[in-house]
Amino acid sequence: MKIYEMSAGELLDKKENGELDTEDILNAFRERIDEVEDRVRAFITVSEKEVSEELAEMETGGELEGIPLAVKDNMSTADMETTCASKILQGYNPPYDAAVIEQIRKQGGVIAGKTNLDEFAMGSSTENSAFYPTRNPWNLDHVVGGSSGGSAAAVAAGEVAAALGSDTGGSIRQPASFCGVVGMKPTYGNVSRYGLIAFASSLDQIGPLTRNVEDSARILNVISGHDKRDTTSVDREFPDYMEFIKEDVSGMKIGVPREYFAVDFDKEVEKTVKDSLEVLQEAGAQIEEVSVIEPEYALAAYYIIAPAEASSNLARFDGVRYGSRSAAEDVSSMFTRTRSEGFGEEVKRRIMLGTYALSSGYYDDYYLKAQKVRTLIKDRFAELFSGYDLLVSPTSPSTAFKIGAEKDLMEQYRADIFTVPVNIAGIPAISLPCGFDSQGLPVGFQIMGPHYGEGAILQTAYTLEQKLNLEQKPEL
Amino acid sequence: MISREEIKHIAQLAHLELDEKQLDKFTEQLGGVIDSFEKLDKLDTEGVEPTAYTVPMKNIMREDKVEESYSQEDILANAPDKKKGHFRVPPISGEE
Repeated sequence: MKIYEMSAGELLDKKENGELDTEDILNAFRERIDEVEDRVRAFITVSEKEVSEELAEMETGGELEGIPLAVKDNMSTADMETTCASKILQGYNPPYDAAVIEQIRKQGGVIAGKTNLDEFAMGSSTENSAFYPTRNPWNLDHVVGGSSGGSAAAVAAGEVAAALGSDTGGSIRQPASFCGVVGMKPTYGNVSRYGLIAFASSLDQIGPLTRNVEDSARILNVISGHDKRDTTSVDREFPDYMEFIKEDVSGMKIGVPREYFAVDFDKEVEKTVKDSLEVLQEAGAQIEEVSVIEPEYALAAYYIIAPAEASSNLARFDGVRYGSRSAAEDVSSMFTRTRSEGFGEEVKRRIMLGTYALSSGYYDDYYLKAQKVRTLIKDRFAELFSGYDLLVSPTSPSTAFKIGAEKDLMEQYRADIFTVPVNIAGIPAISLPCGFDSQGLPVGFQIMGPHYGEGAILQTAYTLEQKLNLEQKPEL
Repeated sequence: MISREEIKHIAQLAHLELDEKQLDKFTEQLGGVIDSFEKLDKLDTEGVEPTAYTVPMKNIMREDKVEESYSQEDILANAPDKKKGHFRVPPISGEE
């Protein structure tokens, strides 16, 4: 196996037994970036530091010592530009590191670069980047999913061992599914959002994109924890997630939401996911059909709540304190011109939707209604999790579609149908590869759990991963 | 269905300027999305409390204590225009 194909766990083992040193590892991934990046375009910024410099600066003795990681470009880094894939933030150099960057660096992780995304994390294909779309390592004509598409592609292409993304309505899980990697969205509040440039504050959560489930647990250990700088960060005892990396689903009660499978979606995806359900059953899990609130309702609530919060969060981009500014005679015209020239079309659409939903006369009909629907969805999940350990579904209704495929807006928004309910309820979920369609594109399997149920999710995902033992790799 | 005039008004509220073509496109697209929200009326939310955050939250107070923060220089470093330690903007006067 080549160095760039190894997981963080394998790399750490090889270092431990002396087969590899940090310099070999960093050089191997650097070379891989040089080899494939012009085709994949996973990054917006690649670290310009020499390997010798990285070695000199690196903390030693940590859990991720010498492991190169990529970070979605909506997380602040003090030594690298942070753009959110938007023209409005081009050239922005944050004065500080996001909490997750601090944690990674403290554990010896090396930030290899900042990855491409749909502008301000709004989208499901990374085609909404103001710079360029990222290409899927499994087939360069296809999208990588989004919005953490660059992070998913960087891991799939072997440019880094692991990456961080952010998930507001599926933005870690859906690109993980499209790129054949593992993507985990933790419980809301598990990981500090300090330094994450906000899209929808009540839904955003940072999580890992990795080659396997074990690495997901490993990185979750590093980034989870209370942080007083994020007032929504949860103050509790965090478990050692590595303890859940064991092959055992005996007695695990798993619900299969009937309403998810009633959605009109790709038949090959459905078949692949159902085959995996049988694998789990054979391994000892108890699988039963259950009834949830139809995911269409969560989707509608999401496209009210997320744009509403975004319209408020993105009000700060006005050309005064950071980012680009367009020249104008007076301050109000300067705001308008800066925003009109700096934001891309999808960001404008979402700001407009949110402004509308919050405007006087509509607030009760839309925003308040959506917040009440949120209660119903959250309560229904809680009720189900009193009888079931986990729920499972496909991650996405399709595999990776072609770059530039014509889709109307509602069709684009439906790409999130299986992932959005998780964010609305604030629960954790993982996507792991469970097979391939007839075009050879990866299919993702989603496992959802109750608040703070990451352990059972990881254990079940690990068991399925071991049983399926998928060995295909993208050829680049 | 949302009107073109309403879209124009919302753009103004959001400090966005849309050209004629964008106005037409957004009126149609956003109209479709907003109409789709009607399905939420099918769910009975009578007496249901709204949820803003899904995990229990309470107000968190910090001690009223001075702590070191970033320097003025650091914070002004990204400003498109600045003068004597301030952010600088075009004239505000002459507006409604």
